Formats: sequence, structure tokens, C-alpha cells
Amino acid sequence: MSGSFSENLIYGLLRAITYAIVLLVGYILFDIVIKGLPVLNWEFVSGYPHQSGASGGILPAIAGTFYLVLGTISVALPLGVGSAIYLSEYAFQGKFTTIIRMAIITLAGVPSIVYGLFGLGLFVLFFRFGASILSGSLTLACMVLPTIIVASEEALRAVPKGYREASLALGATKWETIRTNVLPYSLSGMITGSILGVGRAAGETAPILLTVAAFFLPKLPNSIFDQVMALPYHLYILATQHPDAEKVRPMQYGTALVLLLLVLGLSLGAIFIRAHYRKKYKW
Amino acid sequence: MWKNRAVQTLLIGAASTSVLIVVLIFLFLGKEAAPFALTPGLSALFDSKWIPVSFQRERFGILPLLSGSALVTLLAMLITIPFSVLGAIYIAELAKPLEREILKPFIEILASIPSVVLGFFGLVVLAPLVKSFFGLNTGLNALTGAILLSIMAIPTVISISEDALNSVPHVYKRASLALGASQLQTIFRVTVPAALPGIIAAVMLGVGRVIGETMAVMMVTGNAAIITANPLDPVRTMTATIAAEMGEVPFGSVHYQALFCIGVVLLLVTFGLNVIGQQVLRRYGMRQ
Amino acid sequence: MVDKKQALLLEDFDIEIVSRDLNFYYGDNQALFGISVGMPAKQVTALIGPSGCGKSTFLRTLNRMNDIIPGARVEGQVLISGKDIYQHGTDVVKLRRKVGMVFQKSNPFPKSIFENVAYGPRIHGTRDRQQLAAIVEKSLVRAGLWEEVKDRLNDNALGLSGGQQQRLCIARALAVDPQILLMDEPASALDPKSTARVEDLIGELRELYTIVIVTHNMQQAARVSDFTAFFYEGALVEFNATKLIFTNPKEKQTEDYITGRFG
Repeated sequence: MSGSFSENLIYGLLRAITYAIVLLVGYILFDIVIKGLPVLNWEFVSGYPHQSGASGGILPAIAGTFYLVLGTISVALPLGVGSAIYLSEYAFQGKFTTIIRMAIITLAGVPSIVYGLFGLGLFVLFFRFGASILSGSLTLACMVLPTIIVASEEALRAVPKGYREASLALGATKWETIRTNVLPYSLSGMITGSILGVGRAAGETAPILLTVAAFFLPKLPNSIFDQVMALPYHLYILATQHPDAEKVRPMQYGTALVLLLLVLGLSLGAIFIRAHYRKKYKW
Repeated sequence: MWKNRAVQTLLIGAASTSVLIVVLIFLFLGKEAAPFALTPGLSALFDSKWIPVSFQRERFGILPLLSGSALVTLLAMLITIPFSVLGAIYIAELAKPLEREILKPFIEILASIPSVVLGFFGLVVLAPLVKSFFGLNTGLNALTGAILLSIMAIPTVISISEDALNSVPHVYKRASLALGASQLQTIFRVTVPAALPGIIAAVMLGVGRVIGETMAVMMVTGNAAIITANPLDPVRTMTATIAAEMGEVPFGSVHYQALFCIGVVLLLVTFGLNVIGQQVLRRYGMRQ
Repeated sequence: MVDKKQALLLEDFDIEIVSRDLNFYYGDNQALFGISVGMPAKQVTALIGPSGCGKSTFLRTLNRMNDIIPGARVEGQVLISGKDIYQHGTDVVKLRRKVGMVFQKSNPFPKSIFENVAYGPRIHGTRDRQQLAAIVEKSLVRAGLWEEVKDRLNDNALGLSGGQQQRLCIARALAVDPQILLMDEPASALDPKSTARVEDLIGELRELYTIVIVTHNMQQAARVSDFTAFFYEGALVEFNATKLIFTNPKEKQTEDYITGRFG
């Protein structure tokens, strides 16, 4: 369709704006990759930091983030998937369900620093877990719970109703039906959604600032009651608190790249899993 | 039969945790902030100065922090709204199907970049640009923060606006086209007005995201607790104040309680925005 | 087989399914009004009527599939082999084993053909592989599908044609050895050839099972059923031998529907 000159102008403007956003994303990624890549080597990812992180590696920060992700998943996944199963398979439209849905929406909107305050008040101080992997994981789990619930519920609802009916009509109980004919087909969707949620947790700084992250702790944790370093916090410290910020710039870029790769890698992995299973179960 | 019961009970338990967490968040933020209301009293918050550590007199006025958050948020939305809404219109209405499949993941990637990485980018790339462009002493100011925040809010606002545009019934568009309106006329006179409530909700949820953002603003806004309307002045937001000061404050002190008070304010503001935004979305969804 | 030229008399048969003053509600909306009917054993009963007349709803009250709809409520009685299935303490699982169901849209599980048919026996406790294989073969033979699939039992059921999928669903329902088979417009989504195949199959199965079939296709009702119930706006208008319904309806509404004056 060839419109008038002004139509074409507006069309071009809209397109330019959209591509400006794409270019910006591209530029951010490009800048971090190009300047981070020279630092990235085996020593950097497997070594311990020296001189407050001005040299050496970032292994404790990688390990810390890894433990936090693991802890977050193991708390948030069962709770999130359980909630989703309840909401999609059991819940009737009623007050209780409305309250749960309101709560989930509220949780999704709470700022990450408020989660940090909450984790400090409840886990660190009230439960006396101290600043530890446990407190940090629990705080992050609360934060990603709504993402996991929403994604899992969507995956469950995508399973055709006919499977449930057919299974019930054969005399299966409700739970048998869910276990054998709903969960297997929605698993990939639930995992995808959860990984995307957890990817977000891996990159968050504000909630762990007050609940777990150590400024400089060049060793690996022994238990869930230990403090750890974490990649996002390490980057923050290197970029803003280091006395010689300009000089450690390569280390900052290296850390940023590792964090970016980790978070985007998780997302890409999730998308890959989704594509793989979409082929397996087609309806 | 007992097995079904047990499973159902477990699932209800899991589903209830969300409610429990919300209650606990309000409870524990309130609990830590409450002593402040007794001494020095809530009126101390309405002070124009935030000087939490002082040899003479500590002052806990959150007005400069509120104004800092407000200024940064306002500027961020001024950038976010045109970019996101026009971008969403392009993606939903004008882009070719293949183009759309390429554009959308790019914008999703933007949403998944950690805020500390964006903050870092802002610190080392954006701030020097702003500094030299305006000829300032420092690029760490409200404007730099706002630009970074809009980068974060754009994917949220685009994706919800796009949903709203997509949910406008095709018959409207077809009817308009059949009456001889051009594609752009149809978009701006029919589709966008019909999707407006959804777009407004998207913007409100975007505002919620921006107000609550912490790391990026803390890294690039300069962190001066002053009341100003100049985008090129350094400012300090509520979130940055909590993040920067909580690490060094003695637990249970007045300063500590004041930081929790800021948390409560933040929680109430985002909660309100969220509720209103969802309400708009829901009413809009019902009308469909 | 019963001679179709002669009209059947209800009195000659054992009545297996009885509903008494059955009312059904979706929330505040009443969908069935005082349905009382007795359906004979080892015969095919067709439920006909315009869409929204309650025939599918009625069918689904017979194995309590309506229980899963939020806000659904039943008044009155449904007796199967003399026992009220809505009585407190009825084991719905046992009931649904006895009263199998085939749905309008074929809904094989995205598993292998074998696993689809073995699903019912498995959840009811049959673990032995050989025993399962025997049940699967028997059910597929009865559903007239065995010859077509015996060499690819481990293939995904979703690779079958539409007609084969529906017959697989019938085989799956037969595998739990029901007495009664409820069919909800089982051929409405199939091409004419597959439809004929399913209709033939119903003719073969009537010797072994009591069949209740919902259909919107009057020719199909005439072809496959022995008895016909005509529903209109949630009420049962007329129930009689199929031949009588189609040649000599007693009610004006039935006649109008059958002669195509509405519907």
C-alpha cells in the first residue's frame, strides 16, 4: 500500500523509533561483550580475587550466585508449581481465589529493594538466619514466586481440557489425572517460566544487598548459613566503591559480561527447552 | 481418596504462601518502621532535609527523596511513553510477521539485562556522554538516571501496550478500512483509542517499575539529597537511599527505622499504582 | 440382532439406566427440567434435539462428568443397575469405570497407541505387561482398529487419522470393561467415510454394551439407534422406539423437528 508523502513519513518515523530501541539493545550488548571479552579467560572465572577485586578472578562471586540460584529454585519451584496447580486445577471462582490472585499481583509489583528490607526484617533478624545464603535465597524466592506461578499456570492451562475429561471418564481420580495427563505435558512450560524467573533473580542486587552479599570474601561457603559474594553485587562494588574505579574497568567489564552471559544463557536455555518440547507434544 | 485430600491440602498450602508473604511484607516493614512514629514522630518525615548522620541534629525529611524519585520517574516516563507506545504500534500494527518475530526477542532481551549491568553501562558510557553533551562537571544526574530507567521500563510498557493493541477486535479495523480510511488513519483514529485503557495501564505498571528500581539509579543519579526540578542536577531517590545507607546503619537505630519508613512509603506507592493499573486492565479486559 | 422393521416395545427390555425427576443447574441457570426416562440394556439409545436442548448435559449426568464444572448442581435421581449414582458416598471412580465415555472431539493422550489403551487398566491397578497387552489387543479388535495399528502400537497416537483417533478413544473406553458406553456426538468431527466406520462399529458394540449416543444428525440417529429421546429446551419431549419417533411422532414438537421445521 503506497500512501501519501505524510503517511510514509509517519510510517518511517514509527519504524525509526522501533529500530532505535533495537540498536540501543545491540549497542549495550556490543559494548559489554567487546570490552569484557579480553578479560574473560580461565583464570578469571576460576581464580580468587586479589586487592579487593582489582586483580585475580571472580570464582567466589560466580559460586555465590550459583548457590543463590540453586537455593531460590529449590524454594520457589515447589511453591510456585503447587500454587499454579491449585489455581488452574482445583480453585473455584471465589473469595479465596480472588485473594490469592490479588496477592500474586501485589508480589509482582513490590520493588526489589523492599524485598531486601523484608528479607532483612524477617529472615536475617527475626529468624536469626543472619546474612547468609539461606536468607538471600528465601528473599529471592519470594521475589520470583509470582513469575513462576504465572508461567506455570499458563503452561497448565495450555493442556487441552479433553485430556482431563478423557482421563476422568476412564475412572482416574483427580490427582491421578493431573499427575499422569496434565503435569507431563506442561512440565516444559513450567520449567521454562521458572528459569526465566530465576534468571531475573540471578541478576538482582537490591534484595541480596541486605540479606547475603559480602563485600569482599575470597573463599567459598561451607554451609547455607555463610555469607557469599555474588556477581551483581561484585560488579556494583567494583564499579562504584573501588578506590581506583578507572583502573579496574577491565575487571568490571569482565564481571558484567559473565553476569550477562549467565542471565541471557539461562533465558536462551529456557527458550531452547520450550522449542524442543513444543515439537514433542503437539496438539 | 485420602490421597486426593492430602494433595489438595498441600496445594492449598502452597497457594496460600503468596498471601502469607504479602501479609508478612506489610507486617515486618511496619514492625521495623513503627518505633519511628513514636520518636521522633511521623511529622519528622515531612522535613526538607535528609541528614541522617550529624553531630548537631539528625534530620529525616523524606521530601528531597520523594522529589528525587518523582523527578527521575517523571523524566523517565517522558522518554518511555513516546518510545514504547509508538514502538508498540509499529510492532503490533505495521511490522511484517517475520520482522515482528525478530523485533520481539530483542526487546525481551532488553528486559532481561540485570539492572546492575545497565547501571554499569550508564556509569561508564552514558554519563560521560551526558556530561560532555551538556558541558557539565558530572554526568551523574537525574537525566542520566531517567534515560537508564526508561531503557528498563520500555520493554514492560511495549509488551503490555502491544497486547492491548492486539486485543482490539479485527472487525473495527476492517470496518474502518472498508470506509476508505488509510491504514494510519485506522491506527490512530480507531485502534489506538480502543486500546487506550490498556496502554494507560501499561504506563502505570511501567511507572511502578521505575519508582521501585534501585541499582541503576543509585549508580548514576549522583545521590545528592536536594529538592530540585532541574534534570541536570544530581538527585537521590528513595530506593537508592535505602540501598546505600542500610548497610552501614546500626540495627534498631532511628536512622534504621527511618529507612524502613521509606520502604513503607515505597511499598504503598507501588501497591497503589499496581492496584489501579490492574483495575484498569481488568475493566478493559471485561469490556472486550 | 433386532429386526428394525418392527417397532420395538420398551416393555420387552431390561431397563438399565433410569433417571427420575432429574433437574440440573449451572449456577442459577436450570439446564434440565424434570427428566424421567428409562433406557434399555444392550440397546442403542439416541438423544436428539436442537443445540442447547440439554442432550449433552443429560448424557454427562449419567457418569457424573458434570461434577467437574464449578457451580453445577443436580436434583433428582439417576439409577444405574438400580443404584442411585448421586447418593451420598457413591464412588465416582467406580461409576466411571462402569460407565465409559467417548467425546465429541477425539482426545487421545499424546502417548503411544498402546499407552492410550492401557491407561485405564493401569490406573485401576493392572501392572502385568502381558495382561495389559491382552487387554489392549482385545479392545483394539473390538474397536475395529487392531488390523490398522497392530504393527505400530508404540507410535504416537496423535499420528493417526481423525477417524482412527476416535476409534482409538472408543478402544480406550472399552479397555476398562464398562457396561455402558456414553457417546457425545462421536462422529460430528469426522469425514463421511470415517463416520460410516464409527456407525458400523456402534452396530457391532450394541451386543456387548448399553449405548447412549448424543447426535445432532437425525439420519445418524435413525441409522444407529433402537430408541430415541427427543429433547427440547431442557425437557424430554418424547421417548420411544426410533422407528416410531421417526414415522409416527406423538408430539407436535418432535414432528416439527424431525421434518426439519426448526433446529
